[in-house]
Amino acid sequence: MTAHELILQSKAPYLAIATHELPAIAASSDWQNKYRILMNLGKQLPAFSSDLQRDELLIAGCDSKAWLLHQFDGITQTHYWAFDSEARVVKGLVALAICQLNGLPNNELAQLDFTSLLKPLGLYQNISPSRQNGLQAVLDKMASQIKAAN
Amino acid sequence: MSFDVKAFRNEFAFFQQHPDWVYLDSAATMHKPLAVIAAELAFYQKDNSNVHRGAHQLSQQATTLFEQARDQIAKALNAKRREEIIWTSGATQALNMLASGLMGTVLKPGDRILLTALEHHANIVPWQFYCQQHGVFIDVVPLTAEHELDLQAYQQLLELKPKVVAVAEVSNVLGTIQPLEKIISLAKVAGAIAVIDGAQGVVLARPDVQTLGADFYVFSGHKLYGPTGIGVLYGRYELLDLLKPLCFGGEMIKSVSFSGTTLNQLPYRLEAGTPNIAGAIGLAAAMCWLNNFDSAALAAHKQQLFTKLYQGCLAIKGLELLSPQQNNAGILALNIKGEHPTDVAAILNEQKIAVRAGTHCAMPLFQALQLPGAVRLSLAAYNNSQDINRTLQALEQTVELLQ
Ligand SMILES: Cc1ncc(COP(=O)(O)O)c(C=O)c1O
Repeated sequence: MTAHELILQSKAPYLAIATHELPAIAASSDWQNKYRILMNLGKQLPAFSSDLQRDELLIAGCDSKAWLLHQFDGITQTHYWAFDSEARVVKGLVALAICQLNGLPNNELAQLDFTSLLKPLGLYQNISPSRQNGLQAVLDKMASQIKAAN
Repeated sequence: MSFDVKAFRNEFAFFQQHPDWVYLDSAATMHKPLAVIAAELAFYQKDNSNVHRGAHQLSQQATTLFEQARDQIAKALNAKRREEIIWTSGATQALNMLASGLMGTVLKPGDRILLTALEHHANIVPWQFYCQQHGVFIDVVPLTAEHELDLQAYQQLLELKPKVVAVAEVSNVLGTIQPLEKIISLAKVAGAIAVIDGAQGVVLARPDVQTLGADFYVFSGHKLYGPTGIGVLYGRYELLDLLKPLCFGGEMIKSVSFSGTTLNQLPYRLEAGTPNIAGAIGLAAAMCWLNNFDSAALAAHKQQLFTKLYQGCLAIKGLELLSPQQNNAGILALNIKGEHPTDVAAILNEQKIAVRAGTHCAMPLFQALQLPGAVRLSLAAYNNSQDINRTLQALEQTVELLQ
């Protein structure tokens, strides 16, 4: 699989997460249910093949191994991502972020407050500190990719 | 003396602050009894002055307390001389002092040392660093299929005549208690110096260093109900005297001129700068406080909890237990089949069960086990059977959620 193919294959699942699971997590009141949905998000997303689990795509600062792939479409000025991790919680959390950002134009993304992305889900405050840092590392990386396209 | 679980737990203010948490991360750091906190507080409130250097009575008073703390540690370890007790910031600093300090004196280019596959990074990396600089070779004792030290391989590796054997008393991941007497006596026969990393072992029982025959024994205060930032390097006097200091400055020096410097005697020679005075007093207070309890009863209580936890985990489908049940210091490393340990820990955290997940500063061990990591549940005598019940329930819930 090429990087381009992976980004393409990920578009529809991220869109589906944005329309189904994202509101479902926000609406659910007990943590077990939130987690049940979160843990299964990754299953909908294509996994990175071993040739895409490249060191330069590795995110430092995660407890588990994690890879982020980014593509900037120069014609439409839009960003797309794909993400994979050994751990399901991080994969799920990042999916909840990417599904809100995928395909947005550069000028819109550049003004976005990333810290508020997952807050309404009632999940973020429960996630352990190192886990938060892992998520933060991914979000920081995405922010720098947006900045670089400017 | 019988053991009153509730009264013992009440010694720790932490649990009153966090009644809804189950703390199973004592191998990372232990909670401190009020007696230890009070001793540190009292020092700062009543006795604070620098040690060994003031011209005033207050400094002498602080020095007396500080040196009394050393005496107490010397007594608890049955050291021959008080000068054999060196204050450090913890086990890590002590091991760094050994790795750097033995180079050039005991260890020469071409020499060998022996480590094991289950050491903490603190007992690997300092050796690697200084051995590389000085052309000293490192051999590693492998594990058996049962995750135990391969003593047969150990004996074979001793034939290579290592000058130093450095071994953890207890594995910080698996909890396995190593057969120290055997390891040390074999090392002695081969003519090697025995360095024992007691970080996880010291809480089981303070070693009698003379009977044990350890040349060096190191531990951290914070894993023995004591403060953070204080630890001990015990060394047999003749060997300790060979150690080159890692740090320079302060009371470790006798005279300085720009043509040369003369160093002080032991123990001060190895204690550069102002020491952690309150920490030393706090650690001595922890040792003293522990004497209020029957150590056998304390150990039996912890063992009982461990057995309950272990048996309970065996009954939960989908759990893979990495730790042995026998010969265990109260640490259970486990995984849920097919799941990443950080996911398991995240869901336990959600249920207010404090555990650690990952490779626990022992990456070579996980390479040997061929696992990405593990969840570690570690017990202390302040845990109770409700803690175990809640943990087992939480683990079941976790398995269920991850399906
Ligand atoms: C076996 C072992 N050795 C050394 C250390 C290092 O101790 P410290 O971080 O207190 O210096 C630890 C702590 O986790 C340990 O478990």
